[in-house]
Amino acid sequence: MEVVQMQRAWVEYTKSLFREFSYSFFGWMKGFLDAQFQQLQLLQDESNPDFVAEVVSLFFEDSERLLSDLTFALEQQSIDFKKVDAHVHQLKGSSSSIGAQRVKNDCIAFRSFCEEQNIEGCQRCLQQVKQDYCLVKSKLEALIRLEQQIVAAGGSIPVEELSF
Amino acid sequence: MASSSSSLPSMEFDFDEKPHVLAVDDSFIDRKVIERLLINSTCRVTTAENGKRALEYLGLADGQHPNHSDLKVNMIITDYSMPGMTGYELLKRIKESPTMKEIPVVVVSSENIPTRINQCMEGGAQEFLLKPLQLSDATKLRCHLKKLHNPLQGGFAGEDEHA
Repeated sequence: MEVVQMQRAWVEYTKSLFREFSYSFFGWMKGFLDAQFQQLQLLQDESNPDFVAEVVSLFFEDSERLLSDLTFALEQQSIDFKKVDAHVHQLKGSSSSIGAQRVKNDCIAFRSFCEEQNIEGCQRCLQQVKQDYCLVKSKLEALIRLEQQIVAAGGSIPVEELSF
Repeated sequence: MASSSSSLPSMEFDFDEKPHVLAVDDSFIDRKVIERLLINSTCRVTTAENGKRALEYLGLADGQHPNHSDLKVNMIITDYSMPGMTGYELLKRIKESPTMKEIPVVVVSSENIPTRINQCMEGGAQEFLLKPLQLSDATKLRCHLKKLHNPLQGGFAGEDEHA
């Protein structure tokens, strides 16, 4: 594929991630990504071309650890809601920092259930956040792959075409 | 004290002396992002993962004897919510230090809580910013970078006002 075609594909795919709507436990959901993801793209340049890939990779590691900790915490006989909330707060922070909007919103809902000490609500939130995390992970992986192909072919990432 | 014209204080740094910022945050991702933001604004960055490490770096930890002869920090930016010591507590420790209190401290938080913001501003913070940080915040941060005491000029460069 030519560089121009790849760049076009990148723009369309990224825009779709900002736009996508679907119906879930919480009602109509916003896009997978928000403007913060564009901010990260803008921080990347020729002198540090792997910045976005590095941050995204950190997000994956962090999230997988937190989701595993959350699963464990909610399996306990006596649930420590403060601990659960602390994990969710961290996940909310990192998803917010990379622009993973849907995961962030799931975490906001999750924290309300923690506050109410609502076990069933927390369990459902955990399922929802795991699902949305898996989805955003595969989409981000595809996006990063496409970015690497563009750069390898000598092109640049057309971040300016993502208008907000 | 020598006083030159009434022009604005110079924010220029020596050619080979980039401003040095200490960034404190328990989130690895946020440390990476703030580091990139600051490096892109031609700063040198040191990161610390919590208040305790930050104080150790500054020579302000309990039991340390401050030796600041070669430590040059033009600004400290700290997250508010951190385990062990909050950003506010770190701010207070810095402002209590005779040697470090002049360094501008910016507090960042993911939560927009007015009482928290007031507390930090009253505690001596230069500014309070909301996370996640964006490119536009880099300009605000640059305004707070402090030129260090220059013995040849006999005084600090003036501080910028903050809103």
